[in-house]
Amino acid sequence: MAVVTQSAMTAEPSVTSPKMTARDLNLFYGENQALFDVNLDIVERQVTALIGPSGCGKSTFLRCMNRMNDTIDGVTINGQVTLDNRDIYDKAIDVVQLRARIGMVFQKPNPFPKSIYDNVSYGPRIHGLVNSRDELDEIVMTSLERAGLLKEVKDRLQEPATGLSGGQQQRLCIARAVAVSPEVILMDEPCSALDPIATAKVEELIDELRSNYTIVIVTHSMQQAARVSQRTAFFHLGKVVEVGETDQIFTNPKDERTKGYITGRFG
Amino acid sequence: MTDMASLMEDRAAAKVISGNLRKPVDWDSPKISRQIKKRYAAERRFKMYGLSAIAIALLALAVLTYSIGSKGYTAFFQTYVQVEVFFDPAQIDPDGTGDPAVIGKANFDGLIKESLRKRFPEVTDRRSKRDMYDIISGGASYDLRERVMENPSLIGQTRKVWMISGDDFDMLNKGYISADVDEGDRRLNDEEISWYHALQADGAVEKQFHTRFFTNGDSREPELAGIWGAAVGSLYTLAVTLALSFPIGVLAAVYLEEFAPRNRFTTIVEVNINNLAAVPSIVFGLLGLEVYLNVMHLPRSAPVVGGLTLALMTLPTIIIAARAAIKAVPPSIRQAALGLGASPVQTVTHHVLPLAMPGILTGTIIGMAQALGETAPLLMIGMVAFIVDIPGSALDPATVLPVQIYLWADSPERAFVEKTSAAIMVLLGFLVLMNGFAVYLRKKFERKW
Repeated sequence: MAVVTQSAMTAEPSVTSPKMTARDLNLFYGENQALFDVNLDIVERQVTALIGPSGCGKSTFLRCMNRMNDTIDGVTINGQVTLDNRDIYDKAIDVVQLRARIGMVFQKPNPFPKSIYDNVSYGPRIHGLVNSRDELDEIVMTSLERAGLLKEVKDRLQEPATGLSGGQQQRLCIARAVAVSPEVILMDEPCSALDPIATAKVEELIDELRSNYTIVIVTHSMQQAARVSQRTAFFHLGKVVEVGETDQIFTNPKDERTKGYITGRFG
Repeated sequence: MTDMASLMEDRAAAKVISGNLRKPVDWDSPKISRQIKKRYAAERRFKMYGLSAIAIALLALAVLTYSIGSKGYTAFFQTYVQVEVFFDPAQIDPDGTGDPAVIGKANFDGLIKESLRKRFPEVTDRRSKRDMYDIISGGASYDLRERVMENPSLIGQTRKVWMISGDDFDMLNKGYISADVDEGDRRLNDEEISWYHALQADGAVEKQFHTRFFTNGDSREPELAGIWGAAVGSLYTLAVTLALSFPIGVLAAVYLEEFAPRNRFTTIVEVNINNLAAVPSIVFGLLGLEVYLNVMHLPRSAPVVGGLTLALMTLPTIIIAARAAIKAVPPSIRQAALGLGASPVQTVTHHVLPLAMPGILTGTIIGMAQALGETAPLLMIGMVAFIVDIPGSALDPATVLPVQIYLWADSPERAFVEKTSAAIMVLLGFLVLMNGFAVYLRKKFERKW
């Protein structure tokens, strides 16, 4: 705990009792260091956007937050990531449960090649969150409703999810993540494979989800970051260059590099 | 700023170069049209190569099918000879007891010989008589016995009975023995051929569907030899092979693909699995001989040993096919499952394996088909023995279809030539069935993305 409070002072000071924190996080892919002393706080029930040029480590950082990097060979991590003040890299932490608490939505919509219903019900089923078929039905319905998809698919829940359009598939993936009742949802460029209309729908959805979930979103689109997020962190070459209120980052960046990036001078 | 300056210079240089390149291209020039013509010719040539390759393959297949089919189809029919039999009570049941035990022990062979002697009374010479008895197969007496056992009222009556003919007589009837050849060079002499013509004139020779071929085990007499013993042996052998190699192969593939760390040890294992797939099957046979028979003392010639040996041989095939199928499952599916909090094992059993199943099953069936056609390793473990009985379990001595083909091909009797071809047809039939099943499974389990 002492470590957390001490190094918290080196991060930006305004945040009190964050949902998640990263402290002096370093990550190596074999010999190559991809993250350098990352310090970041994620505020509860807010959308935090991670922006930065390609290869700057923002997706890598996102994947540290639910330990998805564990599945990659040759990754070594030091430093600390906490969820509700508990180190998620602690040996006592069960990764499976952790990932249930911290859901993830990927860049490319990746529904299971099963029915729409089975996609959403999969999470609750494996975690034993329900006791009856009715309960499961209810979770599926609420999750689809929350993802703004229910109206479009309620008559074809048993049809294969792969038959949906790209935007619908992505919202299905969000519904699937929501069905496990996570506390945090990580989104890795969720709109990069979608057309503008589908993107608008997903952004609207993110804004609604904010009232129930803590959201971290990686995005390449600065407009998107500006539209959906309350806080923004700018990554560059594996380091957090600047983090703060989205308004402040976009209107009054303190760092020259941030200013250069958001005005489109490099990246 | 020096960076900026050098960038500007580069740009200027690039402009000069592209300016030089921008010479108008004459798309109608003779050089270009020559090139187009050449390209079209190359494409036509390539198409021709492909078509001729397919034509050659089809031709080879047609020749194979025709040669086997034309030689083998006659084996599905067998010559039967009709002879008048007097069911002599003095021979069958002298005391009139009606006791099945007594009837069963009667000399039906003598009955048949007696009937033949009656049919051709002019034959008196000892040697000629022996030739004459060969018209009817030695197996006919069993048929006759069964007939009388079923219907004892036949005793004392005279009936015309269709009886299975001997193999040489059958060959003559099927036209494989020509009367034009010099007498000393053929299996039947002129006298025997004259009997054939006499019987034929009576309408007492006919070809019937040869059900025995599908129900009997092997025999020294070609007309009594059947494929069923070998088919059952193959079935048991394959069952043992499948029961072993499928679970072991799939588990090994799953572990190597999904769980094993990438290090020197797993690399060595991988390379060796690939090497094993190329090891000649006879080597596996020798291994089976040494380990299963000499060390573990399992029964010789038994399908269980054959299955164990073939399992060794098919394992690499299944592992390689399963690994390829598992690798083909998109990583996004694994990430989706892991991201939802599925454990690695749940990810594999719920998502990866079901998606890889069509590929795994196809690979398995290809491996099984390979095992079905394998001969060499089974020769080493004694499955080449002459076995008449139909195996009742995987522990009974047995032979398998390809070994049966090998045995028959090696037999001197002319009648085994058609049996060999017919057995090949049966084996190919099984292979076609298995491959059809593979296609069906693939279609059934395939998921559309």
